[in-house]
Amino acid sequence: MRVTGYTPRILLGKAGLDGHDRGAKVIASALRDAGMEVIYTGLRATIPSIAAAAVQESVDAIGLSILSGAHVSICRELRRELERRGARDLPVVIGGIIPAGDWPLLAEAGVRKIFGPESPLDEVVEYFRWVVEPHAWVKGDGGRPSWEGV
Amino acid sequence: MKKRGSGPSAKEHPAGKADPYRTRSGIPLEPHYGPEHLRSHPPPPGTFPYTRGIHPDMYRGKVWTMRQYAGFGTPSQTNERFRFLLQEGQTGLSLALDLPTQLGLDSDDPLALGEVGKVGVAIDSLADMETIFEGIPLERVSTSMTINGTAPILLAMYEVAARKQGVPPERIAGTVQNDPLKEIGARGAWIFPVDPSMRLAMDLVEDTLSRLPRFNPISIASHYRDAGANPAEEMAYTLSAGIAYARALLARGVSPDDFGARFSFFFYTYTNFFEEVAKYRAGRRIWARWMKDAGATKENAMRMRAACVCGGHSLTRAEPLNNLARITIEAFAVACAGLQSVFTAAYDEAYAIPTELSAKTSLRVQQILALETEVAKVADPLGGSYFVESLTDSMEEAIREVMERIEEMGGMVEVLRSGWLQKEIARRAYEHQRAVDEGTIPVVGVNWPKDAVREDAPVEVQPLSEEAHEEQKRALERVRRERDSAQVRKALARLTEEARGDRNLMPAIREAVLAYATVGEITEAMRQVFGTYEPPSLF
Repeated sequence: MRVTGYTPRILLGKAGLDGHDRGAKVIASALRDAGMEVIYTGLRATIPSIAAAAVQESVDAIGLSILSGAHVSICRELRRELERRGARDLPVVIGGIIPAGDWPLLAEAGVRKIFGPESPLDEVVEYFRWVVEPHAWVKGDGGRPSWEGV
Repeated sequence: MKKRGSGPSAKEHPAGKADPYRTRSGIPLEPHYGPEHLRSHPPPPGTFPYTRGIHPDMYRGKVWTMRQYAGFGTPSQTNERFRFLLQEGQTGLSLALDLPTQLGLDSDDPLALGEVGKVGVAIDSLADMETIFEGIPLERVSTSMTINGTAPILLAMYEVAARKQGVPPERIAGTVQNDPLKEIGARGAWIFPVDPSMRLAMDLVEDTLSRLPRFNPISIASHYRDAGANPAEEMAYTLSAGIAYARALLARGVSPDDFGARFSFFFYTYTNFFEEVAKYRAGRRIWARWMKDAGATKENAMRMRAACVCGGHSLTRAEPLNNLARITIEAFAVACAGLQSVFTAAYDEAYAIPTELSAKTSLRVQQILALETEVAKVADPLGGSYFVESLTDSMEEAIREVMERIEEMGGMVEVLRSGWLQKEIARRAYEHQRAVDEGTIPVVGVNWPKDAVREDAPVEVQPLSEEAHEEQKRALERVRRERDSAQVRKALARLTEEARGDRNLMPAIREAVLAYATVGEITEAMRQVFGTYEPPSLF
């Protein structure tokens, strides 16, 4: 992966009431180790507060960790809140226990990518790099990212 | 989905290039063990310090309780599932509650949107508790409730619902988790700051000791493990929390013989079979000695009664049927270790709430172990094994080392307040994920064999409808309309007033419950005085 020198700013959020934040913290550490700036909302962030923080901090992408089964309503609300703040195109990435049947609903709600419990960290890190700077992105071996065009 | 080729090759040892001959807690393993490794000869089962089990005849007297975590959607759906599980031979109930109920929010609270009935059943008022246990004889079944911040409210509801069935308080049996420290340290379902959380939890314990002789008022739980801790740390953190609660009760003048006999513990068991057996044997020994030093004289007060979950983070989303093998190994370890109650998670846990089939199959695993193998016929079947005895000693050392570090920093409450423990756990979780990604910790079906094609398996998913939320809101509205609101206001005012003083809050909570005050209203009445917990910043 090529690094352009730009430091991506990522907002990681734990929306909803679920307190299992092992995954969110692991991702925060991984993104930070990869040289990104991470803002973690902590537990029980409300959707309006996540959207507001994303805009105020002018982050490049939002990552949400959701395990409680409330992902569809959370992502729909986030979409509305981002639109209200003129940030409709801010990439939203989610991770958690997400049944495949819900993927189309999440895509409709503007979610760009869904990671599961066994997604390797490097894949998550690379995805954030790519989604922040898709044009500058060059894979280490010169290849294209596996998710492009998906 | 195609699997990335990051795992070890099939020709290599599956444990990869990092030192594979260490346990998950980092204890080095010898190629074989012999009499020269035996440092201790623990006395027979049922004898202090209970390394080999807390009863002499173990499962001959009573096989472990098979208790599956269940509850979802509305109270009537949960009632239906409970009746089904009892009919299938389950011997105890375990009530899962949704997040709003765990956090003291009513189903019509804006924060509860999308969460009502999702990870457990929604309970707003006494009326819901009555529905859940309708037609279930509460003098004969025991119920375990995974509830912490709102445990005093839920226990009061259970007691009153039983009384309305004609079952007096002294006859109801079960356990409430009531362990706020691990919510702050690992599970995240905290409500109040550390000190009032401790007070409420200890109010519940004291009240239960004097009024509900068959109820366990606390189950000190090891969610630290599922959040990232290794097995030795898991036992050390959990026992340190037990010590913090014990000290709080000693400070209130409660005798160690009284509370010791009623404490119970709850752990996680993964597939590291021998280390898990050694962990429980070592843990029992440490706890028994601590209680004795704290002044306990009755044997029952020194025995570490423990329940556990088999599954948790050890289960994978990839190739979910492999999880049946995992929970079988885990439950076998627990039976060899002599625990009192077992929950085997369902193989589809990484997908959604279990279906009837997956829940039943998990229960069957335990029944096969109990009935078809010899494990329930002989206490501590691995006792005397050179390897297991030696590993038990090594685990004891590793656990004690962590406990001593915590003591040096001021004890469990202090390391939680400062955020030290949360940071340690997060660091471990990150290390573990890195090791899995690198393939140094093999997870079959995930990083091994190399280049396996991984697909999301077709698993039937338990449907969850949003209708449950609407139905629950309508039921709540009905309760609010039909109850005597003057009585509710009076009860809530009394609770707020008593929260300012230092009286035991359980009687005031019971009065509010009886008036059909809701979980949200009762929590709010206390929050006015206690405030809300603010977690330390880790990032």
